[in-house]
Amino acid sequence: MRTEATGIKVDPKNLLQNPVQGSTLIERKRVVLVGNPNVGKSCVFNYLSGAYVDVSNFPGTTVALSSGNYKEYEIIDTPGIYGVSSFNDEERVARDVIIEADIIINVVNSLHLERDLFLTKQLIEMGKKVTIVLNFTDEVKRKKIKIDSARLSALFGVEVIETSAVNKSGFEKLPEAIKKARTGFVSGEITGRLNQHIINNHGRGLALLVAEGDEEVSAKYGFECGSADDREAIYIERRKTVNEIIAEVEYEDSSKGRFFNLLGSLSLNPVTGLPILAVVLVILYYLIGDVVAQQVVGYTEDVLGKQYFEFYTKSFVSEVSAVDINVTELDAEGNTGGSREFSFKEGFRYDPMLKESFDKAVSNKDTQVDFNFKNPIVKLFFGEFGVFSMTITYLLFLLLPLVMAFYLVMAILEDSGYLPRLATMMDRSLSRVGLNGRAVIPILLGFGCVTMATITTRILGSEREKTIATAILQFVIPCSAQLAVIAVLAATAGPQAMLVYAAVIVTMMITVSTVLHKILPGQSTPLLIDLPMMRIPRIDNILKKTWHRSIGFMKEASVWFFIGALGVGLMEITGLLKVFTDFLTPITVNWLKLPAEASVAFVMGTVRRDFGAAGLFNLALTPMQVAVSLIVITLFVPCIASFMVMLKERGWKEGFTIWVSAWVIAFLVGGLTALVVI
Amino acid sequence: MVLRLQVIHTTFLHGVNRNRNALIFMEKRTLDNAKKGRYITILGLPQGMVKVQMIRLGISEGDRIFCLERLPGGTVVIQKNRQEIAMGYELARQILISEDL
Repeated sequence: MRTEATGIKVDPKNLLQNPVQGSTLIERKRVVLVGNPNVGKSCVFNYLSGAYVDVSNFPGTTVALSSGNYKEYEIIDTPGIYGVSSFNDEERVARDVIIEADIIINVVNSLHLERDLFLTKQLIEMGKKVTIVLNFTDEVKRKKIKIDSARLSALFGVEVIETSAVNKSGFEKLPEAIKKARTGFVSGEITGRLNQHIINNHGRGLALLVAEGDEEVSAKYGFECGSADDREAIYIERRKTVNEIIAEVEYEDSSKGRFFNLLGSLSLNPVTGLPILAVVLVILYYLIGDVVAQQVVGYTEDVLGKQYFEFYTKSFVSEVSAVDINVTELDAEGNTGGSREFSFKEGFRYDPMLKESFDKAVSNKDTQVDFNFKNPIVKLFFGEFGVFSMTITYLLFLLLPLVMAFYLVMAILEDSGYLPRLATMMDRSLSRVGLNGRAVIPILLGFGCVTMATITTRILGSEREKTIATAILQFVIPCSAQLAVIAVLAATAGPQAMLVYAAVIVTMMITVSTVLHKILPGQSTPLLIDLPMMRIPRIDNILKKTWHRSIGFMKEASVWFFIGALGVGLMEITGLLKVFTDFLTPITVNWLKLPAEASVAFVMGTVRRDFGAAGLFNLALTPMQVAVSLIVITLFVPCIASFMVMLKERGWKEGFTIWVSAWVIAFLVGGLTALVVI
Repeated sequence: MVLRLQVIHTTFLHGVNRNRNALIFMEKRTLDNAKKGRYITILGLPQGMVKVQMIRLGISEGDRIFCLERLPGGTVVIQKNRQEIAMGYELARQILISEDL
């Protein structure tokens, strides 16, 4: 969060540890928007904060926190939560901001009072100044439901305003609502449970969380927290009060209390749900697999990345660095024609004549230019696999478009309400391997980028599930960069090879996950998920989400791609890479029955997964050899960036175990397949 | 215990005296064998985090809810008023219910 007044960056995580500092730094009153997921909170935020929004990704999470300014207030938007506590990252982030809030605008989905008012009641019990914004009131009217907002206001003791996010009505009352925010009624029963000492020193908010047995918050301050029974008692009491309030304020005209959500029901019904799922997957495949992975990335990687970015970067370095440059002419189909080598002993600057003829040779756009730097350090940073050449092209022109496409699709699925239904549909298959429906999110993302998906395993409920999901991702899910190359190779090898490949990979996916499910101790958490109503998502919200998540991912993961490239570059210079390749060669030839050069492709696959597959292009392989080599590169180690992220997420021990097993399994399964088919 | 419940459940389905057996059930059935399209009453939630999360979403003991969908594999979707919640088989079988007749 950045405040306009001070310009000082405040780490939201420190606010809790250091409440005094938090409040002195910020002169503006802090208005915090709080609500359940899918209540239209961001509409309220956009209305108040306008264009000047600062979004920070919360440290250590993928949770974004937006803040902006409105008049004398600082407005902070928090992630959607069902209650204030420390159950997951969203709640931790929201909790810390709520504790520090001066005023809380609680946005409520009028169609889901039972769910939403639980949070409202908790916020009021935290002693915060609250105003309730009843959103979606137009939909409530359409469904012939009446909500007595004056009565609601009287029962909670706080201001209530009605809005409709669809036609933006009622939003003009928001400024007044902020001013009128006040503390509501708290029963003596709840107050009696709070520690007076904590209230006096740290406020009611903290006192309530401690009384509710929030271990994280209590540990931070060294308080003894309430037991699980205390929490349950408070929750039941709160639920009872909320139900009583709803009974008084809500009237339904239709005799049948059931709201019929047709599309929502159809997508869950086993008969209609599967065709809907198939249609969604086909659209996804077309959008990501064809449009983005082929067409968009084809342009960004080859033209923007290689022709412009890498060419000019390398040319710039070549000014003063010894380099051999190979210029190969390409015909219209991309086949290589005649080539010419330019050897600059001391760089362009010292050989203007040769530079001139080089410029002439590359002026024709249909050329392939390979720079071969003589200095190993220059090679490390600007060579074919250089840290500043290949890695930047890879990150910006290949990975970023793919990651954005995947996050865009995720945002659409999420905001339309289909994602939780998809999770429900997939719950059965995933629970067989010790996961629950929720794991569909990282696994789907894995087909985009395994690194991104490995980070997303954080959303899973237990360590056990995180381990299983990470292993599935690292072992058997091919990322989109690799998938594109695999598809081309498999297509040229014919249907039989494709069938062998698919059969082995699917078998491995089932085997790996089932075995892990059987041998890992502990229990997986069952699915428990709120199914919001299906609706047409708002385009601005989707774009915003996509953008912030993509940037958040790039910020978090980029460094690992650089470190990975540097590591492999160093291995190349020191000859370690050669040692590694030489070690694999006999196994490749004798066990996998592949040409010796395939081992180079395998080793390159550790740099970038698609390099592994691409390296197989130039080898003369029989269809069944293609199948075997594709099996090996799919199963074996993930790219170095996802390996690094896995170490970070899952720890050294687990990370290395998965990594080493991947090598062993890939070569074992590849070899066994070779025994049968070659 | 679960096995025994299943047995009682089967007895119920094939039983001749439906009403008498139904009384047994009122105490012992679990949500995983609730019928799609029927109203049920929650009699007991498992202790701990699950209970806390259910209470937050609006489901507590004594509530009358609707069984909206039962997916193959045991995943259950329930509805209370306009709130829809999906839960896995392992969770559903820990929730004691009675089916409204």
